[in-house]
Amino acid sequence: MSLTISLPSVLSRLTDGQRALQASGATVGEAVADLTRRFPSLSPRLVDDRGEPYPFVTYYLNDEDIRFGGGFQATVTDGDELIIVSAVAGG
Amino acid sequence: MTATLDNPLIRSRTAPALEREELLRYGRHLLLPEVAIDGQRKLKAARILIVGAGGLGSPAALYLAAAGVGTIGLVDFDIVEVTNLQRQLLYGTGDVGRSKLDAARDRLHDANPNVKLELHATRLTAANALTIVREYDLVLDGTDNFATRYLVNDACVLLGKPNVYGSIFRFDGQASVFATEDGPCYRCLYPEPPPPGLVPSCAEGGVLGVLPGLVGTVQATEAIKLILGIGTPLVGRLLLVNALDAQFRSVTVRRNPTCPACATGEIKELIDYDQFCAASGGIGAGLDAVPQIEPRELAIRRAAGEAIQLVDVREPHEWEIGHIDGARLIPLHRIQSAIATIDANAPVAVYCKGGTRSALAVRDLQEAGFHQVWSVSGGILRWAREVDPDIPQY
Repeated sequence: MSLTISLPSVLSRLTDGQRALQASGATVGEAVADLTRRFPSLSPRLVDDRGEPYPFVTYYLNDEDIRFGGGFQATVTDGDELIIVSAVAGG
Repeated sequence: MTATLDNPLIRSRTAPALEREELLRYGRHLLLPEVAIDGQRKLKAARILIVGAGGLGSPAALYLAAAGVGTIGLVDFDIVEVTNLQRQLLYGTGDVGRSKLDAARDRLHDANPNVKLELHATRLTAANALTIVREYDLVLDGTDNFATRYLVNDACVLLGKPNVYGSIFRFDGQASVFATEDGPCYRCLYPEPPPPGLVPSCAEGGVLGVLPGLVGTVQATEAIKLILGIGTPLVGRLLLVNALDAQFRSVTVRRNPTCPACATGEIKELIDYDQFCAASGGIGAGLDAVPQIEPRELAIRRAAGEAIQLVDVREPHEWEIGHIDGARLIPLHRIQSAIATIDANAPVAVYCKGGTRSALAVRDLQEAGFHQVWSVSGGILRWAREVDPDIPQY
């Protein structure tokens, strides 16, 4: 399955400036792993040492928080969109 | 003449009448059936607390004052600095060096002398938050750090006050309304803060000056809607503002059934938020333990001829603003791939703008086997203050 992953602009310097990228996988976790394989420096910003999502990074699969729909095991359909949102505190 | 208010959010149970001058001033509101005289009276009766009179608080306070919100509380303890002026529109060049609250009072009084201002010249803490927040109908979160954001959230949940949230970084903004009766809270969205050092502050990472204008006015809009009881509030949704791609979109925020603040009631009182935010493990944990070198000591040792390698881990555009002579630029995200090019047998001093990125780099170098390696305490900003004033502050 192929989906589009949207990143916050702050992480795009780790993806050669790309803010929307294609990734493959049957689940959200596989798609994120596909992305971090290609951009290893993204990994510590997206997942913890065990490859699990951080509590301060939220993953929205088609606008729904994956924590309420299977987490990284949530299944992906072709054409889905995954939005990654990091907690920021600037004011 | 007073009328009874039908919005349970507003603590005042009566709505003061509008004076003739107010009828003229708010004429464009009175033409809107959704506002009209009843709504304008609600605004006049309303008490809104703005925590943080900075980038978000500036436009929010200006618009809420102009809109005729009767009482605005402001919490801040900073003075106006030159670097604030790029985005904090409450202040002008002549305000630099003044307390933000004094300058804000003058500007807001000029915007609308009918507004009563309550100035809280303090840091919001677990000791004072409930006392302060209790006196208001809702809170607008314009703070600039995670600890205060969790504090604002928990105080709002405990007191049953809506938390009109906004935050910004670089080109991205977020806004939502938390802690309403049926909606999620900030902890539902972010159960734990990032570890210190992982997410830079705006002072370290930068922010587009107009971005807090976009997000702060969204917060002001939501606050006004809540007071008026009109429209669909941003409850259960997170508005994402992407200034670079001109995208505004919202995603769903659900109430977390295990949330210790708003669901299980585990949090019955305010906690130590600095400790809560420092306790997270992960990439930034333990940065305090990284060896440091004072700028003056480094300067003395280099002047004495000690062969200390100097590595600047900022970005190239920061290097262009100014750098220390003899330094070598290796941006933090490239440090791993450049480790082999640094001599592990000679001492290394690493600096960035303020000391966070250099601490992360020092830890990477230590893990790679470097023994004589320090982070320059306070970064190039402190170096510029104490060693070389020709280097510009930014």
